[in-house]
Amino acid sequence: MKQVAANMAGTVISVLVQPGDTISEGQDVIVLESMKMEVPVQSMEAGKVVEVKANIGDFVNDGDIIVVLE
Amino acid sequence: MRKVLIANRGEIARRIMRTCREKGVATVAVYSDADRDLPFVREADEAVHIGPPPVPHSYLNVEAIIAAAKSTNADAIHPGYGLLSENEAFARRVLEEGLVFIGPSPKVIGQMGDKLTARRIMQEAGVPVVPGCEDSLATVEEATAQAAQIGYPVMLKASAGGGGIGMQICREESQLLQAYQSAKGRAKAYFGNDAMYVEKYVERPRHIEVQIAADNAGNVIHLLERECSIQRRHQKVLEESPSPFLDPATREQLCEAAVKAAKAVGYTGLGTVEFIVDEQKNFYFLEMNTRLQVEHAVTEEMTGYDLVAMQLAIADGQPLPVEQRDVQAKRHAIELRVYAEDPVTFLPSPGTISLYQPPAMEHVRIDDGVESGTQVTPFYDPMIAKVIISGETREEAVERAQEAMHHFLITGIKTNIPFLQEVLVDEQFRGGDYTTWFITERTTKTNHK
Repeated sequence: MKQVAANMAGTVISVLVQPGDTISEGQDVIVLESMKMEVPVQSMEAGKVVEVKANIGDFVNDGDIIVVLE
Repeated sequence: MRKVLIANRGEIARRIMRTCREKGVATVAVYSDADRDLPFVREADEAVHIGPPPVPHSYLNVEAIIAAAKSTNADAIHPGYGLLSENEAFARRVLEEGLVFIGPSPKVIGQMGDKLTARRIMQEAGVPVVPGCEDSLATVEEATAQAAQIGYPVMLKASAGGGGIGMQICREESQLLQAYQSAKGRAKAYFGNDAMYVEKYVERPRHIEVQIAADNAGNVIHLLERECSIQRRHQKVLEESPSPFLDPATREQLCEAAVKAAKAVGYTGLGTVEFIVDEQKNFYFLEMNTRLQVEHAVTEEMTGYDLVAMQLAIADGQPLPVEQRDVQAKRHAIELRVYAEDPVTFLPSPGTISLYQPPAMEHVRIDDGVESGTQVTPFYDPMIAKVIISGETREEAVERAQEAMHHFLITGIKTNIPFLQEVLVDEQFRGGDYTTWFITERTTKTNHK
């Protein structure tokens, strides 16, 4: 199973994909905010989104799985 | 002035308090829930809680800050840098409440905050500006016509822009045609304002700024320059002075232009005029920062003057305590900014500092806002400390900086200290020959390894 992990600790400010979406390599899936900086989290691989584990307002840690791909 | 409220946090709040204490002025700190246990709250004579962690509810909460000043009988407000420091409405409100605002007039803050207005004032005053259009562009045809007149390469910019968003270098017309709509779209999405303009793109630029000070009687002096080209994401990482790039003649012209700029707007207090300098040492006005800068300490260690003391004296109606002919670069000074971030990706790294041990060395000044056990929260700027090193020569300062970084111990969170160490041994940095591309060029190399 392929997964997308957060690249830093921060608050989820937007979720750009939903289950069922087909995404490409390098596509932004979530935007995090930390220390006055907005950082998009990109998927390293292409695939179909099975689950989005983070909601707007959630605080995630560096390395937390936020999106699961098929 | 008997009591000053500091509408800021962390290292700069502590820095301002230090001078206040020396001058016998009482201090009031304001703090959010997230900052309750930080040193600046403890060290103030009084501290007032102003709200929850997010800045709109605390450090940008004008009502709470004014109420704190009233309840503690403070007679002045020092805004520090960032947050409300360049907010015209806040400065005006402070004055309306009968308090002293430690900074320039609200009018000047407003004028310098608007990019096109600032540009026009400087041009009229005879300060060189980057060649570009006077008003925002109505159509893509107007953009290409303007660009042709200015000459490629040009920089396409969003009028309301910031942080590099909606900004694009265009080397020929086809690139401008291609970039125009998408940059406009991004500007609309991010700022809700899609006004665009073009200006000449300065190749291999240096970012050099001049510190100025002006009293209420109209006396204006400069306190020489600061070289600030080493930046990541348009944020400075290392600053030094004197600039290794400037020759005495250019330095004199640059500093004179800064004084002219300050006089043109009727500036009062401490301020900084930022310039872009090209490879041929032509310089252009970029913007004016109407506040104390993060890197003011470089100027203090170089010249020996206390800039916060100067701010307090000017705000108190006193004449400038220094004459132009006395201002000299007595030492070479370097500032290193320690950020709570990954040293390779530069992404924020909030967390709890388990051990914090700054170097204790002669000619090494530490301005910091944390200690062992401090929780570095994701709500504010990642800068946790500034290390300001000075020496008789640049060489001596750089070597001392290496030693200082070697002895700076921070555990529990990631910091950019390993990156700062790399900069200090970099051949180009050692030679004093670097531009604002310095970090980009190096990180691109690393990623390709």
